[in-house]
Amino acid sequence: MANGFNVDVHTEDGYVVIQTAGYLNDPTGEALAEAAKEVMADGYNKIVIDLEKTRLINSIGISILIEIIELLEEQGGVLNFCNLTPVQDRIFKMMGLAQHAGIFPDQDSAIANL
Amino acid sequence: MLDLAEREVILIIPMYPNMELAAAQTASILAEIMNFEENHIDEIQFAVIETCINAFEHSKRKDKPVVIKFIMKDDALELKITDCGVGFRLDQVKSSDRDGAVSKGLRKRGWGLEIIRHMMDEVNVESSDKGTTITMTKKKVSSK
Repeated sequence: MANGFNVDVHTEDGYVVIQTAGYLNDPTGEALAEAAKEVMADGYNKIVIDLEKTRLINSIGISILIEIIELLEEQGGVLNFCNLTPVQDRIFKMMGLAQHAGIFPDQDSAIANL
Repeated sequence: MLDLAEREVILIIPMYPNMELAAAQTASILAEIMNFEENHIDEIQFAVIETCINAFEHSKRKDKPVVIKFIMKDDALELKITDCGVGFRLDQVKSSDRDGAVSKGLRKRGWGLEIIRHMMDEVNVESSDKGTTITMTKKKVSSK
């Protein structure tokens, strides 16, 4: 994947943690969306996306995150984000993601609030 | 003390995928030299990325490069990002993006300029049918 972008998917009992690493833009966002769709197809509708290793995100990447939120909402699911930088946190709130998904400081609290 | 010429950096990038990262990295290096706070460096990088991808997406001249001039002032970093595209009318971009990209309460696209304005202290857009220049400034003591 370009720019060393990587998606790690960890399935647990009743939820999934997806960890990204690298720049989140349109092609890498699509890779993330594919990973989310695969776990949803397997019946998981509680997902944590951990952005600890993703510092830069562009607006196209965020639009793909919105698509994941919408897909999960259609399934009655929950999406929580964690480990955002302060600037990511501000942008997510500005774009309204915080009204549709949880934002938590770390993975443990994101999982606890699924 | 560097003279004025040494305090300017010009980067010319082709419209290839991910070239916005070269611009963001350059901005980050210069902002670090200027001792900007870490969050302000992130804000500059986000603004540079959005400006570049706007140029890539909307200039309709992918054969022409984007020119980025970084000016290191005593109290601020100024960036001038110029494409040689077809230009746009600011009022039309705002309305079409807002009207066309709303889905179930969350607007997916058309956030570029809003993000840029949210991240930077001053933003000015000049656009004509010969190209677009976005001039933006981040102050070392930023209000954002």
